[in-house]
Amino acid sequence: MQIRPILATLKHHKAGTLLIAMQIALTLAIVCNALFIIRQRVSHLSQPSGVDEANVLVVLNEWAGKPSPGEIASLMAADVDTLRRLPGVADAYASNTYPLSGGGIAFGIGHSPDKLKPVSTTAIYFADQDALPTLGLKLVAGRNFRADEIGQVDRHGDIQPGAIIVTRGLADRLFPDGSALGKTAYISRQPSTIVGIVERLQSPWVDSGMAEWADCSTLVPYRQLTAATRYVLRVRPGQLEDVRRHVRAALYAANRMRVISPKDGVRTFAEIRADAYKSDRGMAILMGVISVVLLAITAAGIVGLSSFWVGQRRKQIGVRRALGATRHDILGYFLTENLLISTVGVLVGSVLALGLNLWLMKQFELARIAPGYVVAGVVVLLLLGQGAVLAPALRASRVPPVEATRSV
Amino acid sequence: MFAHYFELGLRSLRRNPALTALMVMAIGFGVAASMITYSVFRAVSGNPIPGKSSQLFIPQVDAWGPQQNLANNEPAEALGYIDAMALLRAHAAKRQTMLYQVQLAAMPDGNRDLPLTANGYAVTSDFFSMFDAPFRFGGGWSAQDDDARATDVVISGALNQKLFGGVNSVGRTVDFSGHDYRVVGVLDHWNPRPRFYDLFTGANSFADEPDIYMPFARALDLHMYTAGRNSCRGTISFTNWQAYTQSNCVWITSWVELDSPAEVTRYRDFLTHYAAGQQHAGRFDWAPNVRLRDVVQWMDYEKVVPPESRIALVVALGFFLICLVNTIGLLLAKFMRRAGEIGVRRALGATRGEIYEQYLIEAGTVGLAGGVLGLLLTALGVSGVGILFQPQIARLAHLDASLVGLTLVVAIAATVLAAFYPAWRAARVQPAWQLKSS
Repeated sequence: MQIRPILATLKHHKAGTLLIAMQIALTLAIVCNALFIIRQRVSHLSQPSGVDEANVLVVLNEWAGKPSPGEIASLMAADVDTLRRLPGVADAYASNTYPLSGGGIAFGIGHSPDKLKPVSTTAIYFADQDALPTLGLKLVAGRNFRADEIGQVDRHGDIQPGAIIVTRGLADRLFPDGSALGKTAYISRQPSTIVGIVERLQSPWVDSGMAEWADCSTLVPYRQLTAATRYVLRVRPGQLEDVRRHVRAALYAANRMRVISPKDGVRTFAEIRADAYKSDRGMAILMGVISVVLLAITAAGIVGLSSFWVGQRRKQIGVRRALGATRHDILGYFLTENLLISTVGVLVGSVLALGLNLWLMKQFELARIAPGYVVAGVVVLLLLGQGAVLAPALRASRVPPVEATRSV
Repeated sequence: MFAHYFELGLRSLRRNPALTALMVMAIGFGVAASMITYSVFRAVSGNPIPGKSSQLFIPQVDAWGPQQNLANNEPAEALGYIDAMALLRAHAAKRQTMLYQVQLAAMPDGNRDLPLTANGYAVTSDFFSMFDAPFRFGGGWSAQDDDARATDVVISGALNQKLFGGVNSVGRTVDFSGHDYRVVGVLDHWNPRPRFYDLFTGANSFADEPDIYMPFARALDLHMYTAGRNSCRGTISFTNWQAYTQSNCVWITSWVELDSPAEVTRYRDFLTHYAAGQQHAGRFDWAPNVRLRDVVQWMDYEKVVPPESRIALVVALGFFLICLVNTIGLLLAKFMRRAGEIGVRRALGATRGEIYEQYLIEAGTVGLAGGVLGLLLTALGVSGVGILFQPQIARLAHLDASLVGLTLVVAIAATVLAAFYPAWRAARVQPAWQLKSS
């Protein structure tokens, strides 16, 4: 295929050539970054929480009136008892919060009580001996809490646990040599002994600002006696919907002086997850839609301009055909022409894509784009260009040689 | 002539239906994408109190010190009890309020057998006038009531509806969490979003309307711990309310109203002076480190606008740009196909200016068609925002007259702008050459 005659022709269509190249460049820049954002969001929202999500329900309960901590303790015990007796419920415990809830307590944890240089921040989960089996957490070392270890604390009481269970992520940060079990760490003025290590338990927060310690959670052996209590229920397989329907009524039947919102007082983990990652999913969908529409519009633009060129050059095509060019030659001519323009477009576009990524990194603390995304974008756009020009090029190849003898 | 060219433009829409459809769709999608993301952006970045945002300031005093402060030695985003009480007593601004979140329950009475949650704020009397809260019945309480630790309460219209069926309930008594309160005022629907006055609690900045507002002093008397955010430094060692109030925990947001730059300077001096006094007294062993931001500065500092909506806006603008480049190409193709026709008109005496005008107006017609399509897509998209973003944000994004107007104007203006070059090319067509070749 002769490149020079194509270049000579393009010189006569500077504006059109430039417009197609520019469009391809801009599309590449945006689509690469959009794909990269989608990938990041999807990997963020598919992080495992460590909880056996399919079989866990959470009930958000608030005591009305101002029961004293002592009263709350007995109300809570009665509730957990009621919940355990509910058909379909396998296990239950009361806590302050649960993974992905968006609310809770975070402490610094380190090797000294003053906390001026904590090793990490850690989410604090109030737990008892039933927490691990209820959540379905996997204990990889050590032991669970014992019933006699569980303390009680009111809203702002002093938490000084003698024993704690930490996630593997936190254990490895505190003791990088892997010897965390049995060692002590400080979340209060008193040292706490790490008696167990669970494989994974995500923090309540999914925000990017807290991502750094999302896998650093600590279970403390306390019941929190405050007006707001979260009951975590483990349901027998397949009975999630049944339990969900009956649990609110069962608790109200036991005691009416409470508020469990009819709207979102009982939540499945699927709902909790959808809520927590709503903006991530939204962003991924939005970027996906924009990329698809963008590619479609770019393809349409190429089809439009190429058709115009073919229409303009019918006579020249006729002449070439009359002089012996085959249909295949004509088809090849337009495909090569498009490939040349697209190549210039994707070269400029790759630079633009990296530039846009740099700017996004600066503005929105995005990560650096992996080169694979740019390469993928280049391939997609080159194929798109060839695909888009195919129909006009085929039409051009069907121009009969007799066209040369007609005037316009 | 405009009407005639406009009619020609409409007619030419039908001439190359495929090419025209491509252009209209490109413009429609481009405008719609930009407008949908813009409507979300507008909803989340709007000024929640436009009339007064430059008179309301949030004082911050560094009570943690350089070792424990936030990044860049920024002081805590709220005040602890000691500093809040000191600023409250000093009363150095015309109006000031202290606030924190409380969570109560309206206890059952004759008509209801289940308790209702009543979330809201403990505030001082100036709160309502500072933030222009609109009353349906009654009003706020007075400064004397603040001092007297009155058991007054202002409730939202929504709670009034639930408790009293929407009638004027001023003077009635409600039991909130075991204590009786007298209703002194009922608000109209009032829920500025984002909730600029309590960004410290953050996650709820687009949350539902609060149900109650009660006197700050009364809440402290009842040892009500904050239902919102609480942030402490070092190890926590308090075990009761008394020790909690003396700890370094911050949980109270303070606001002052300052009318002139002179007052702002004076208040800032007062804050610095206060911090210096604390240093002198030995409570702080660091130099005064205070902040006094107004509403807009505070919203910026707290990064209220979610990065999602900013990124989406940037991407949508890029998208629109590509649609425009696309439109330039397609218009060029559309116009140059009619080179012969232009040649005839030129030969018959039309000036270049007239050709230019005709094709710009024709482009405007395409823009209008694209705008109408864009409007439909925008309406569809805005109603679908809830699928993608938080429902609280989605509720704020809506199609109103200004958005409709903006969509059409942007579509037409952008298309006409895109047509400058193609129309110029059309106007430069050589009549002689065109006539000869046909």
